[in-house]
Amino acid sequence: MMSYYLKLAVRSLRRSPGITSLMVLAIALGIAVCVITLTVHHGMSSNPIWWKNDRLYAVTLDSWDPERPADEDHPELPPSELTWRDAEAVTRSDIPLRSVRMHKAGGVLSSGDSRVPARPERVIARMTTAGFFDMFDVPFRYGGGWKATADAGPEPVVVLSSKVNEQFFGGADSVGKTIRWDDREYRVVGVLAPWHPAPTFYDLNNGAFDDPEDIYVPIGWTEKLELPSGGNTNCWNAEDIQSFADFLNSGCVWIQVWVELPDAASKARMQAFLDNYVAGERRGGRFKRPNNNRLTNVDQWLVDNEVVGNDNRMLVALAFAFLSVCLINTVGLLLAKFLGHAAITGVRRALGASRRQVFLQHLTEAGLLAAVGAALGVVLAGAGLWALRIMYATPRDGFTGLMHVSSWSLMITVALAVCATLAAGLYPAWRVGRIAPAVYLKSQ
Amino acid sequence: MLAMRHISKVFRTDLIETHALRDFSLEVAEGDFVAVTGPSGSGKTTFLNVAGLLEGFDTGSYQLDGVDTSGLSDDARSRLRNEKIGFIFQSFNLIPDLDIFDNVDVPLRYRRMKAADRRERITSALDLVGLGSRAHHMPSQLSGGQQQRVAIARAIAGDPKFLLADEPTGNLDSLMARQVMDLLEQINEMGTTIVLVTHDPELARRAQRNVQIIDGQVSDYRPYEPHAPAAREPVPLAAGAGA
Ligand SMILES: Nc1ncnc2c1ncn2[C@@H]1O[C@H](COP(=O)(O)OP(=O)(O)OP(=O)(O)O)[C@@H](O)[C@H]1O
Ligand SMILES: [Mg+2]
Repeated sequence: MMSYYLKLAVRSLRRSPGITSLMVLAIALGIAVCVITLTVHHGMSSNPIWWKNDRLYAVTLDSWDPERPADEDHPELPPSELTWRDAEAVTRSDIPLRSVRMHKAGGVLSSGDSRVPARPERVIARMTTAGFFDMFDVPFRYGGGWKATADAGPEPVVVLSSKVNEQFFGGADSVGKTIRWDDREYRVVGVLAPWHPAPTFYDLNNGAFDDPEDIYVPIGWTEKLELPSGGNTNCWNAEDIQSFADFLNSGCVWIQVWVELPDAASKARMQAFLDNYVAGERRGGRFKRPNNNRLTNVDQWLVDNEVVGNDNRMLVALAFAFLSVCLINTVGLLLAKFLGHAAITGVRRALGASRRQVFLQHLTEAGLLAAVGAALGVVLAGAGLWALRIMYATPRDGFTGLMHVSSWSLMITVALAVCATLAAGLYPAWRVGRIAPAVYLKSQ
Repeated sequence: MLAMRHISKVFRTDLIETHALRDFSLEVAEGDFVAVTGPSGSGKTTFLNVAGLLEGFDTGSYQLDGVDTSGLSDDARSRLRNEKIGFIFQSFNLIPDLDIFDNVDVPLRYRRMKAADRRERITSALDLVGLGSRAHHMPSQLSGGQQQRVAIARAIAGDPKFLLADEPTGNLDSLMARQVMDLLEQINEMGTTIVLVTHDPELARRAQRNVQIIDGQVSDYRPYEPHAPAAREPVPLAAGAGA
């Protein structure tokens, strides 16, 4: 029977190609818009290291201006970064399994070997500590991170992103080779596999959806080379900063600190450690705001930092509203179409079709329409995402990272749309089953 | 046997109630060829629709081939209709986007029947009406008379006991009307019971039995007697009715 219904559905859809394409297009557009917004939204709101959500914590302390909060819009939140000295003090604790302090920097990368033809390249560097790679489960292609002793030394070692390794070493194993960063040579100890955490949760200050850094260097070099921050620096009081040492001692915040605490007990101990540290600093005249020392997991960190804006959520709501408008349209068109052929349905009823059979026949037609619409919708969504990538993806841009998760939202939306179209077909199919066949037979 | 007893059917619209059938009783025996006549609006079509289970009724009882039809579900009514009844309409009512073969196929599709069996029945039904060679024409490619013959093939393909025809010749010229009538007679001779609504006294005269409906009632109701003479004199028709 199903095959008969399918055959009839194909015939019926082909009989009125205009209305059919209109309905298919409506469904397809609705689905495409939903898939695109959901994909982007999902990419933006997802926690790229969810499996460590109960272990990784961003450390924040409120060392800000006693007169006003760091962020007027969120007076309850401390600044999202730490001062150099607080970061140093906090990461000195041995309570966490791992801890990391870091900041972004710039610079020019060039080949240490005159035989390598690669041109010098402006790069983004992350000045960090040895724990970074294990803490954030960063995947390595070759080699690995540096030892903790390299941080303070500091040793001239570097970890390259796969992109930079591609540019300067043609993708080959470059561990042990040297590369020039500004005017010093560094030994390559590791090369990352392609890595696109989206968002870059560990530092959301500049472009949460940009690709991560090009190179990673021990943070000891910051002090030694007197590197300015290449990221975000916020200061609140007018201090007299004459030297780099003054800057490191100042109240300016620019260092991100993360700790890995494997269980509740260690978290409690870490919290006590922070409170204790701040209490000590208060005695020295700092930290005049109410106590607000936080250990924030990644999920909450993304919320606090408004990675998923209201705009974005609004867009998803709009997309679904658009889909429902498309579907309501389809209901209308289907209803008009089905009832327009009521006379033929009347004939079928007279020849022995039951209400249920008439209902199923029309539901099959709606289902076929849904399937075709969904298929076209997926194609349109693919094209749309591809176009977005072309339009917005700069070489630096992590938009590509966003697209990796699209299959999930795709499945959800397609399932949803097929169900919705079927549901949209339910009413017209039911209606056409209810008509009294005699009325339509007579009116011929 | 088709037996209606004291059937009443009322149509209620906003303003008026129409008693389309009132205390309507009629029996049609197996193998009969009954011609139903009556003035316009007297309830002939309503009677056929009730008989064909396309419409319910308000009071009374209706037995179709020994089955009491009151209280049956839509599924059961549809199955009964599909198996026992063939419909022929004044306006042919072929499905325009199915070819002749698929049109005749429709009632068979609503039974679980093998494709080969369906094909055999369709072919023999089309052969019977003389359109075997046109199986893959579309309805619009046929003349009115041919279309009506396809409709007849469709009605009998499922081998129903009863054929209900509502003015099947109303849209045809007299020659084609006669051909259709010949066909119906032939089908009746093969054992199918036929109830034919017509305005044409000449056609009515060819039936074994004439029934006149006036104002929702059989004007000359007689319970069925097995040994009554098969054919009887035609009842005089309402004035003005003619070919
Ligand atoms: N669906 C309906 N709603 C309301 N009234 C109806 C309906 N169907 C039929 N009627 C009324 O019932 C009465 C009988 O109608 P019916 O169609 O049975 O007449 P008929 O004898 O077939 O007439 P004709 O010879 O013109 O076809 C008429 O008065 C008609 O107006
Ligand atoms: Mg009528």
